[in-house]
Amino acid sequence: MNRGVIGAGLLCGLAAGVGLYTFAYARGASYMTDDPRACANCHVMEEQYSGWSRSSHRSVAVCNDCHTPPGFLPKYATKALNGFNHSLAFTTGRFPDPIHITQRNRRVTQSSCSKCHAAIVEAIDASSAHTGGERLDCLACHRDVGHLH
Amino acid sequence: MNDRQRNESTVTVRRGRFLLLTAVAAVAGAVVTGLLVNIFEHKQEAKDPFFRVVEITDETQDPAVWGKNFPVQFDSYLRTVDQVRTRFGGSEAVPRTPTAADPRSVVAQSRIEEDPRLKTIWNGYAFAVDFREERGHAYMLDDQTFTERQQVVKQPGTCMHCHGSVYLPYKKLGGGDLIKGFELMNQMPYTEARKLISHPVACIDCHDPATMQLRITRPGFLEGIRALKASEGVPDYDPNQSATRQEMRSYVCGQCHVEYYFKGPEKRLVYPWANGIKVEQIQAYYDELGYKDWTHKTSGAPALKAQHPEFEMWSQGIHARSGVACADCHMPYERVGAQKVSDHHVRSPLLNINKACQTCHRWPEEELRARVETIQERTQLLRNQAMDALVALISDLEKAVASGRGDEELALARKLQRQAQFRLDFVEAENSTGFHAPGEAARILAESINLSREGQLAVRDSGYAPDFVNVMAR
Repeated sequence: MNRGVIGAGLLCGLAAGVGLYTFAYARGASYMTDDPRACANCHVMEEQYSGWSRSSHRSVAVCNDCHTPPGFLPKYATKALNGFNHSLAFTTGRFPDPIHITQRNRRVTQSSCSKCHAAIVEAIDASSAHTGGERLDCLACHRDVGHLH
Repeated sequence: MNDRQRNESTVTVRRGRFLLLTAVAAVAGAVVTGLLVNIFEHKQEAKDPFFRVVEITDETQDPAVWGKNFPVQFDSYLRTVDQVRTRFGGSEAVPRTPTAADPRSVVAQSRIEEDPRLKTIWNGYAFAVDFREERGHAYMLDDQTFTERQQVVKQPGTCMHCHGSVYLPYKKLGGGDLIKGFELMNQMPYTEARKLISHPVACIDCHDPATMQLRITRPGFLEGIRALKASEGVPDYDPNQSATRQEMRSYVCGQCHVEYYFKGPEKRLVYPWANGIKVEQIQAYYDELGYKDWTHKTSGAPALKAQHPEFEMWSQGIHARSGVACADCHMPYERVGAQKVSDHHVRSPLLNINKACQTCHRWPEEELRARVETIQERTQLLRNQAMDALVALISDLEKAVASGRGDEELALARKLQRQAQFRLDFVEAENSTGFHAPGEAARILAESINLSREGQLAVRDSGYAPDFVNVMAR
């Protein structure tokens, strides 16, 4: 093996090593779990986390239950997208504070209500469809069930 | 191509790939290392960042010393020098040529030049000479020291209560007794008292130096809130003992942002809340006392001037009712690193809608601004009508006086002017253009218009009996 290949191998290995260490140091693996503490790893969501821990949903739903769609692929695609956006925002410091939910994430959260409350959500949807009205927005009235802010 | 050439080109391609791979690995390594350092910094932020570098006691007046322990709060406190306009409020930086009597090179816009009707309604009172839009806390001492009002009236030392950091000077003057120092300074001439004051409002005026908890240091508020609570059936109320933390986040502001008068020859500062805090209760308090601020120069009415009753107006609004304190909107929490800090840059929430409003109100900034300005536009329309009505009454009274009609005959119209004027001023002098309590502001202005028009009827018809006069409804 010539010296060039050894050098490139060392450099790639070094970059990979620093990357692995950074992943471990930033508790990267915790983001693969459903543990709500992971969402408050960086202190930005401390208020949402402590709000959830006092909310009516604290013993029945964790962050991922409402903020990710059902199914392995959609769930991890959402986590990846949000993970990237949040990391970028936190690293650059460019984000509104108090934080705002994006339209996509709001849709995900809205449709999560039916994961548990399917019967009542379907009944309400059926009645608003029957009267030709728009689909009702659960969060317009029940914004604080998960966490106040 | 022969073998030698083929070998050479293979080597060149390999060398190129090798260099590219090295470059990519190096860039990746650099980016990941940068990220690692960034994560490290953020983790450090999350650790308790408080360092006590100086000792702060109840004798430490200079905010810069407090600022060594609390640099973030101190930095934002210094920013109250900013002069920024909102649509209906805020101050504009107006340049002026400094003189020996007034060394200020920048002031705020003149309100009496903006709206000359104010000169008519305050005729004979010092406010008709000089009245400018209020600036930030940083200017409270200078703007009072150098206003032209000082040249037309002899002000008492009482003014210092709210125009400077007065806690320590009161205590020194009273030999350790805050209330005694307050009483002594009230009786000093303004220029003498002014020499005892070295800072605008400072940390020590609202914070306990040992615990940093909020505390009330202003005798005017201690006595005013005691009288108010007594009227509600709570005897001997002391906010420093009994108020909740959330109440204190409004009470510290209510130490000064209130209606007041100077009582008797000892010029004691009194907040007129013994009947209650609503406009008719305050009016009744002054009427029972027979108190007037001055005699109106044009009409001869025993007039009253309301001064910035923000605390009173806020207390009648939906935000107060929902438990929202002054500091929630005017000093909202901000994130500094991992720390949650009250923004000590006290200012209009309209200049900071994200932090001031959107914590509770999940609507776009433009929508929230539009809601506030709708309330303010409506208040301003009513305020203008109330002012026109009052100016019309003053003009009627002026003609009646000129035609030689006696005091007895004009007493009712003058009383109605006094009441109409106090109500108009209660909204006009209040620094939210109705926002602190929209319905209450509209009610007060509607009553003001009614009182002015009744006054005009009373001038025209000596047998007129008004349907509405001030009553202390409870």
